[in-house]
Parts: sequence; C-alpha cells; structure tokens
Amino acid sequence: MTEQLSQTGHEEEAIGSGLKKRAKKALSDDFLRKAVAFTTDRLKNGKLNAMAELGEWERWRERGRAIREHTIRHLDYYLNQFAENVVQAGGHVHFCRTADEAVRTFLGICDKHQAKLVAKGKSMVSEEIHLNRHLAERGIKAVETDLGEYILQLAGETPSHLIIPAIHKNKRQIADLFSEHSGKPFEPETKMLAAYAREQLRNIFLEADIGMTGCNFGIAESGTVTVVSNEGNGRMVSTIPKVQVVVMGMERLVPTFEDVEVMLNLLARSATGQKLTVYTSFLTGPRRPHDLDGPEEFHVIILDNGRSAQLGDPLFQEVLHCIRCAACLNACPVYRHIGGHTYGSVYSGPIGAVLTPLLHQDMKEAGELAYASSLCGACYEACPVKIPLHDMLVHLRHRRVKMKLTPLPERIAFRTYRTAFGNVKLYKMATKSAYYLQKSLVKEGVIRRMPKPADGWTQSRYFPMKPKLSFRERWAKLQQELRQDGSGSGAPAGERRERHE
Amino acid sequence: MTCFMADVRPIYLKEKRVNSLKVSLFITCLADQLFPEVGESVARLLHRFGCEVDFPERQTCCGQPAFNSGYQDEAREVARNMIRAFEQSEYVVSPSGSCVGMIHHYYPYLFRDEPQWRERAEAFANKTYEFSQFIVHVLGTDNIRATFPHSVTYHPSCHAARLLGVREEPMQLLKQIEGIELIELNKKEDCCGFGGTFSVKMPDMSEAMVAEKAHHVSETNAEVLVGTDMGCLMNIQGRLQKEGRNIRVLHLAQLLEEGIRNRDRATEPNRA
Repeated sequence: MTEQLSQTGHEEEAIGSGLKKRAKKALSDDFLRKAVAFTTDRLKNGKLNAMAELGEWERWRERGRAIREHTIRHLDYYLNQFAENVVQAGGHVHFCRTADEAVRTFLGICDKHQAKLVAKGKSMVSEEIHLNRHLAERGIKAVETDLGEYILQLAGETPSHLIIPAIHKNKRQIADLFSEHSGKPFEPETKMLAAYAREQLRNIFLEADIGMTGCNFGIAESGTVTVVSNEGNGRMVSTIPKVQVVVMGMERLVPTFEDVEVMLNLLARSATGQKLTVYTSFLTGPRRPHDLDGPEEFHVIILDNGRSAQLGDPLFQEVLHCIRCAACLNACPVYRHIGGHTYGSVYSGPIGAVLTPLLHQDMKEAGELAYASSLCGACYEACPVKIPLHDMLVHLRHRRVKMKLTPLPERIAFRTYRTAFGNVKLYKMATKSAYYLQKSLVKEGVIRRMPKPADGWTQSRYFPMKPKLSFRERWAKLQQELRQDGSGSGAPAGERRERHE
Repeated sequence: MTCFMADVRPIYLKEKRVNSLKVSLFITCLADQLFPEVGESVARLLHRFGCEVDFPERQTCCGQPAFNSGYQDEAREVARNMIRAFEQSEYVVSPSGSCVGMIHHYYPYLFRDEPQWRERAEAFANKTYEFSQFIVHVLGTDNIRATFPHSVTYHPSCHAARLLGVREEPMQLLKQIEGIELIELNKKEDCCGFGGTFSVKMPDMSEAMVAEKAHHVSETNAEVLVGTDMGCLMNIQGRLQKEGRNIRVLHLAQLLEEGIRNRDRATEPNRA
C-alpha cells in the first residue's frame, strides 16, 4: 500500500498566492469550516475545563512564561549544555543554520545507512524544511505515522493545524480517502479507520531504517528529548528502527526536568485539555548495553532557520517562547473560519501569522499575514506562556509601513488622517464635509453600498448614516440642560430630555 | 517586555461617591460623528450620579485606526493632541473600552523615546476609564433605580475585556435593572469581526465573523442587543439590518438612561 503514498504531494509554500484569495477559497468551503469550528470548539472547551480543574492557572501560566523567558535569554548557554549532554549520552548533535543544511544533514545520515524507508513521528519542523519532498527526490520513502499526518500524506496535503493536522477534514472525507486507497469501502467510523491505519503502519515501524521524531522539549541538564503523543507512534519510531533522528527547532529547550514538569502541565492542557498526553517519552541518547530496545544511533538536528534572528529583538524575541500547543489557533475567531491552509505556510493561526514573516524574513508577502487578525487578543489570552501575539501583529504591520510595503493610497490616507485628526479645526471641517458627501449614498437612514475602498464594509453589512449634528455640536445645548438641572440632583433624566428637545 | 495587555484586573481606589466629581467626557470620534446620542446618555448618567461633566472641545480621535494599521508616527501625532486636550481633566470617561485600551496600553509605548511625553501619556492613562469601569469602580454605584422590561443579550467587547480587564462590570450594572430579562449570548467572547480597518481590509474574514455573531444574537430572540463599544455594535447592527432583523442595538449607557427614565416616569407622582 505504501507505494501509493504521496511522496511529493506536500505543497510547497503557498505564501505568494495571495492571502485574500486563499481566504475566499477557504470561506466558501463549508466542509472545512464546519470541521474546523467543531474541533477547535472541542479543544477550546477542553482547555477551559482543564484549566479550571488544575486551578491557579494564571500562576502556572506565569511560571511557564518565566521558564521560557529565562531559557531564551540564555539560549546559547542551554544549547551548549544540551548538546554536550546529548553527546555525553552517546548521541550526535548537528547544528543547522538553514533548512537546506538540515535536509543535507538528514540525507547524509540516510546515505550512511543506505536507508530506504523513514518512519516519521509528527514533526512541524520536518514540514518547515519540507523533508518528505527532499527524501522522495532521493528515492527514500518517508511514511507519516501520526494518524492525522498519515491521512494528509494519503491526500497529498499539508497540515492545517499544529497538533490536529487533518482538522480540516471530516470523517466522511477520511473514509472516502481510505476507501479509495485500500479498494475496500470504509464507513466514517473512527475506530475502523484508526484500525486500518494501525495495521498499515505496523509494518512500517518494523521495516523502517530510520525513525524520525520531533521534540517537544529538550532538557538541557540531561540532553533528554521529550516527545509527547497520544497514539504511541512516537514511542514506536523511537524504539524499533536502528537509527533515530530527532529534528528540532533551536528554541525548544528547557533547563531542567523540574521545568519540563511545568511545561508539560501547560502543554497538554492547552493543546487538548488533557492532564497529560497518553505517551510522554524521555529519550536520552541511543540504547545502552542493558536497554531492551531503542536505536543504536541517535542524532539530533537542531535547526535555526531564522530563529536566532529574533534573539535580542525587543519586540519579537518572545515569539521563541512558543511551545506549539495551538491554543491560539483554537481561540482565534479568524482561524476558526479560514482554517490553516489560508496562512499559506507551515505554521498557521495567530502564531503562524507572526512566526512566518519572521522566519522567512519576508515582510512583503509573508508579512501580509499580519492583517489576518481583528486584534481581538483571544490568542494572547489563550497562550499558556503569555506571548503577546496581538501586539506583535501590530508591530509587524508597523514594520511593513516603515519599509514602505503598504499601498500608496493607504499611506496617503493615514497622512491625511494625521493632519485632519491631529487638529480639531480640520477634524470638524473634514467630518462636516463627510455629512454632505454621504447624502447621495443614504437611503432610509442607512448606507447600503459604499464606494471603494470602503465597499468591503457594505458587502456584508449596512453603514449608519451620519446625523446632521455631531455630539460636539449638541454639547452646548446638553450642557445647558445639565446646568439647569443642577448638579447631581437626580432629577428624571427622561423629562429633562423632553424639555429640551 | 512588549506586552501591554492587562495581566490581572487593575486595582481601583474605590472612592465613595463624592458630589461634583469632575469628569471629562472622551466621546471617541465614532460616537461623536455617528452615535452622538450615546454621548448624551453618558453625560446625563454621569450628571445624575453626581459628576460635573465637561467636554474638552479639542479632542478628536485616540489614534487607534492608524496605530493598529502600523502607522505609529501618524498615531503619535493624533495622540499628542489628545494628551493636550485632557491635560487639565481630573477624570476622563469614555463609552469605548477599545479607545481607552489604546490610551492605557499603547500611549506609553508610542512615547517610549520621549520621556516627558511618556509621563504625560501615563498621567492621561491613569485617569482614563471606560464607562462601566468608572461607574462600578470609581463611583461605586450599586443601586441603579431603573426599569427595562425587555429581553436583552449582552456582547462583551474584546478590548474592554482583554485590554482593560473590564469583564463583569457591564453585567453588574445590567443586573441592577428591574424587569430586564438577560439572555446569555452563545460564544459571547468571540470577536464580532469589526477590528477597525480589518473590516475593510479583510472583508471576507470579517463577514464570516460578523455573520456568525449576528446569528448567535438572533438565536437569543432578544429584543435588544447591548454592548459597551460602538465599533462592535455598529458592525453587528449593520449586519442585523442587512439581514432584515428587527433587534434594537443599544450602548449600555443608552439602555441605563432609558431604564432610569422608565423608572422615573413610573414613580413621578404628578405626571400626567
């Protein structure tokens, strides 16, 4: 069956294809919207319950933030300590500056072992470097063993959520996909579908030359890689194949086991509402002589790929605090409607909107993602390590303005705004003329259609008519009314109003 | 530190209601131009609760449209005008948590490189309150004599809740009203999709959000939708109107004023 697995189906970055265009497409996909809304609601409610059940959430959250802040501030120190301890435990460490370097390192390990089959645990960093495509080009088969990722590999799609990669698909679609793939009809029943995937994947675990996993937290004091999963596939790929390769972002460290305890408490609850994931694996180096299982060779690829550029940046360093729990995706009312693919890159949702332009160092096209937010702040509220994503989105917009990447008419509009709204006389003139300008547009007290560029408003709602007298033009009369009434006498407000109108 | 959002609920000096507390109304450009009656309600209520209300004529806009779009230099100049406008005020009260949030959380940031202006910005922020925040925490009003015999659903605005930590205050006021039937709004914390320029810049995303919000509002079958921010309310109202739904949309201050008027009418002995 694996022959049919799509090896090249993972789309390349779609960032240049236009955010609005992608949004329109997603918004017209009712299946996607229903599926995403259903699952994000479930996860969000799960998180709220788990927070309440744990208690003292704000204190946990502050502790988590402090741990991340400390680690990232001293990242050089902890990276050294971590790497030394991995080596001490018998593992190999590869620092890779770019995605390309990481791919070459991975391929080098494959070559060394003449690997033909790689069993992959879930890893967003491997998506970030497009590992599957590069392996396929070398004739190496990579098989996703996380159920969600497996589904997407069959469908030839990329993940649209950090932890629920196939969130945009419903059971029916998955059943159809499995039916097509197996030639046997499948009903949309989770148990049956999971059983099929399990059966297919069993052989992959046994036959794979290399097992690949991501890393949720690297523990510096011991060189331990922490992998959490709910399906046990992470455990399989890290015990059965002879060679294990861990691919991780350079920021994914905590100093000690004591710290990882706090982070795991935050991660599982924020991600799925679980107290702990079903499996939590602590992997320290290759198998030791007395170990019953585990890889003979253990590699850790530590990827920079734009991360270190955020170190020392007062506005964006905190983006490295992220623990990839996806709580911000689940809380985001924009993500809820447009799904992950609209973000056009590996990382979606509010964290993706911030991270993608920064990692790509591309304010022009990727930078557009900063506008995929109403700045409601739900992301910050949901974040277990308090990353101020809503502020960062505004700072990204500012960066675009400084780089003159915003449209000229917009720049002129805000320059005019500064002049007109910075001075009350001009403000009054401008708003008065708006009253007269609106006249041709108003019908029955509302504006049903506005001219460009405000037509976006009226595509989905009416705009109120501006009344003849603004508040400031009514103030003198109102002030008189209040004075006549005497200060704070408590006279009936309504009668006062009638008297004076 | 780059986070300007309230981590914990601010601690207020709960002052005893003092007669003639001097309050300057910060109307916001949106209410000034499109919803002047909201400002009238705020002024009348503050007056009734014993405040001496004034209106600094120099005020315009808080600068948020520019700031949120990334035009910080432009926002800063507009902010300067606002700081000057309210420099003499004792208290500043506004019917918008979003505009007050702008002052509280971004003014100090805007003037980070100008120590004197930063100080003035902080002084401004320290005396500026959202309407319900002021009524509950500064005036400490806990006995509003009002009657409003209608079903009402309340949409909490994101910036009031998440930038200012104003979450319970509007409900605390609404619950004091006699005869009111409060209906919980499903998914009330979800943004309505306004987001200032977002609504025009990303109209499709904004539409999906406001359509869902309007759907939840309609689902309650409430006669009235109440909120604390005219940006959100203008957005939801515009959608409800386009859908042809007959739901009154009121700012909290308007609803309170109407409720007090109702009550006064009922208890006024010599009214014809």
